[in-house]
Amino acid sequence: MGMTMAEKILASRSGKSVVAPGEYVWAKVDGTGVFGPIPMMEELGIEQVYDTARVYAVDDHFAPSPTVERANAHKALKDFATKYGIENYFEYGRHGILHQVFPEHGYVSPGDLIVSVDSHSTSYGCFNAMGAPIMEELSFVVITGQLWMRVPPSIKFTLAGTLPAYCVGKDVMLKIAADYGTDVAVYKSVEFLGPVAAQLSLGSRFTMSNMGVEIGAKCAIFEADDKTYEFLEGRMKREPQPVSPDPDARYEAEYTVDCTNLEPMVALPHDPSNSHPVAAVESERLRVDQAFLGSCTNARVEDIAVAAKILQGRQVHPDVRMIVTPASSEVWHECARLGYWEVLSAAGAMITNPGCGACPGGHLGLLADQERCISSSNRNFQGRMGSPLAEVCLASPATVAASAIKGYIADPREFM
Amino acid sequence: MQTTFTGRVWKFGEAISTDLMVPGSKVLANPGITPEEAAQFCMSANRPGWVDQVQPGDLLVAGTNFGCGSSRNGSQPLKVLGIACVLADSVSRIHLRNAVNTGLPTLVAPGISAFVEEGQRLEVNIVSGQVKNLDTGKTLQAQAWPEDSPPFQILMAGGLDAYMKDKVRKAGLVRA
Repeated sequence: MGMTMAEKILASRSGKSVVAPGEYVWAKVDGTGVFGPIPMMEELGIEQVYDTARVYAVDDHFAPSPTVERANAHKALKDFATKYGIENYFEYGRHGILHQVFPEHGYVSPGDLIVSVDSHSTSYGCFNAMGAPIMEELSFVVITGQLWMRVPPSIKFTLAGTLPAYCVGKDVMLKIAADYGTDVAVYKSVEFLGPVAAQLSLGSRFTMSNMGVEIGAKCAIFEADDKTYEFLEGRMKREPQPVSPDPDARYEAEYTVDCTNLEPMVALPHDPSNSHPVAAVESERLRVDQAFLGSCTNARVEDIAVAAKILQGRQVHPDVRMIVTPASSEVWHECARLGYWEVLSAAGAMITNPGCGACPGGHLGLLADQERCISSSNRNFQGRMGSPLAEVCLASPATVAASAIKGYIADPREFM
Repeated sequence: MQTTFTGRVWKFGEAISTDLMVPGSKVLANPGITPEEAAQFCMSANRPGWVDQVQPGDLLVAGTNFGCGSSRNGSQPLKVLGIACVLADSVSRIHLRNAVNTGLPTLVAPGISAFVEEGQRLEVNIVSGQVKNLDTGKTLQAQAWPEDSPPFQILMAGGLDAYMKDKVRKAGLVRA
């Protein structure tokens, strides 16, 4: 019987020739990420992490520290990295959101099993790796390099047709959330295949793997191709072991998403499944107070390039504050080199330092009561970005930029 | 580890996110916050005042995709508030793992939302997965962990810390 991509990776990492859904395995982990010290290591007298080259560390959710408490937490992470010889610790200025800055520095190769703090660890699926989020068991992984895994059922999304030029992975993902619900993939491996999977840029694939967790996925995997290696060449620290599904792989469910007639999408409060074509809600003139271009979902160079192109020679609406938070220092530097910061700041947008920024509701742009934010981030749960009385709406960078100009949620196509 | 729980039910809806259990602007922004302080913000956006009503030993029942979203450990405030056991039509993967590791019994129980009303009493056996509604007399089968599975063993150890100390010692990674 054939295997899916997730099954192949779990079989390989648990030393088995074959695994089946529902089976429990102990798997060897190729990499993990931390954003705080591991008190259990002190408690147990453990003097080393399982592999100093495979444990990456960065403080991204509050960068740079906005309070003394966060400054102490930052220092604790740095001290932890120093004490245990963590080779890949990223200080402010060389930092970024973990899912962006880690792959930039060789964290992931195709075929890897990455388990890491932060729910958006599903992102590594865009590199043909299995990225599965963890939290409480991080100590176990950092000490042993292993984790128990339940082999998930796999579901297949065939991305069919041709994606219009004005749509990106974000629009595809919001369409999937709207059509299939945000629990379609709970505890399952999502595998994206088909012609549009190949057509998508690596950045768009990143968005879709990243938001796999928003439909409940344990992991959300694409196949590797030239676009994958174009980014990874010169960065990878391990030989790639790419996986593809066997022709007779067992999928619990198969869905076909025809992308040919897809329109720019927007998720209205308070769940990504409440997504609609932007054109269908534009007539409601949904007022925007904040336009946020940031997060691990959509704050890479190509995302900021789209916004800069739309805002070139135009102005952010007088009633709107637009905040741009690039995903990493590398992205920040590249955008500076390409002149995007000049365009965006001339348009009246505010450029911040790299990091998670406003997305997880910590700092750098929280929302007040009754405010509405159009955001390129990943989840619009009540209270996510500040006040529980605020509204978060999710969309592509193009829609965020168009809405910033208009002052209400607006279709980007007239600017593209 | 206790394996049978009897208690009064609090009901929550669909897709209750960990942002609701652990609000970022209140908890993440304040890393020095104690678990007891953090628990006071649990469900404050969707159900203000609930933390003052919940009693130790109460049970929580929810709809589909309970604990969706962030990897923040939503089970910690629930445990601090005294919730003895959680049942939901479906549970997000990260939340389920965090629950096991925190030692808060959390079972996937398809149909549970329609099976019980708020304020009714349930008897839950987490080993067999059998759920009995003490007010209606009806029973429902929840998904129990296989007894030889790692999550069941971690839960029975009372959570990951206790389990890990034992496993790491046996693996010889710790000097006796």
